[in-house]
Amino acid sequence: MPPFHPLRRRSIRHRAVALLTALLPLAGHAGDTTPAQLVSYWSAQAGAPANAARGQTMFTARHGGEWSCASCHGAPPTGAGKHAGTGKAIEVLAPAFNPKSLTDTARVDKWLRRNCRDVLARECSAAEKADVLAYLASLK
Amino acid sequence: MPTPIARRNLLPLAAALMILAPGAQADSGRQLPRDMPAAYRQECASCHTAYPPGMLPAASWQRIMAGLDRHYGSDASLDAATVRQLSTWLQAHAGTYKRVSAAPPQERITRSAWFARKHRRIEPAVWSHASVNSAGNCAACHSRADQGDYEDDSLRMPTGLDTRLRGAWKH
Repeated sequence: MPPFHPLRRRSIRHRAVALLTALLPLAGHAGDTTPAQLVSYWSAQAGAPANAARGQTMFTARHGGEWSCASCHGAPPTGAGKHAGTGKAIEVLAPAFNPKSLTDTARVDKWLRRNCRDVLARECSAAEKADVLAYLASLK
Repeated sequence: MPTPIARRNLLPLAAALMILAPGAQADSGRQLPRDMPAAYRQECASCHTAYPPGMLPAASWQRIMAGLDRHYGSDASLDAATVRQLSTWLQAHAGTYKRVSAAPPQERITRSAWFARKHRRIEPAVWSHASVNSAGNCAACHSRADQGDYEDDSLRMPTGLDTRLRGAWKH
């Protein structure tokens, strides 16, 4: 039997950690956050509490362009949406009506970036994100 | 050394494998290739039909993927790694058949000559009907479009069409 070798032992453990780390993305990012956590994160970024009523106005208004958030997600977004350009069905946005909604940080970031640029022709501020997320989380 | 019998058995096996597993670089026509990355459904098909790569030539896919931040009136921007992954896959499976080789105007599948010919019996008002929305909404009629199935057996008539607009479905 070979003598105990601390380096060899560590390398096996490292390999196990590396393997687990590699497998983690397969588990998916869904579930790494909650709507409430998102609201408090963006409120902290904005340095002010979120306002759901302001979020509702923001969600339903057309900001000088062709579309509002509601054009695709519905008003209120408590049922399935429909893409205003293609007609493709969109999953329910309000988290109380779709438990998967607003539970994946990367997904939320990506869609806020894309959709704010579609509706407002710019990215949303932290305060705007906090308000809209608070509005979505308030829908029951 | 294989016996003649064993060798004889290999031929049908090889033939079966060729039918079951078309080459990875092959133009899959209007079917969705089996090696479709999960990101294609997640990133592209969340807004529109998972269009089969074989429906556009490589040059069209290249231009589409180079301008995702201005994608038919929408921001569809993606991280660089995903853009690379999807571009490689789209290029590998892009249409090469003669009907597809010409890039349609604005890289729109629906402006391709073959698309117009295939849909010549559809009344123009059908495309803008509330239950269809646009010619790019394949699933309005091709009920299994998201599985890459555009066979006649899977066709359905969109809801709410009046008698005049139903013309194409009477045949």
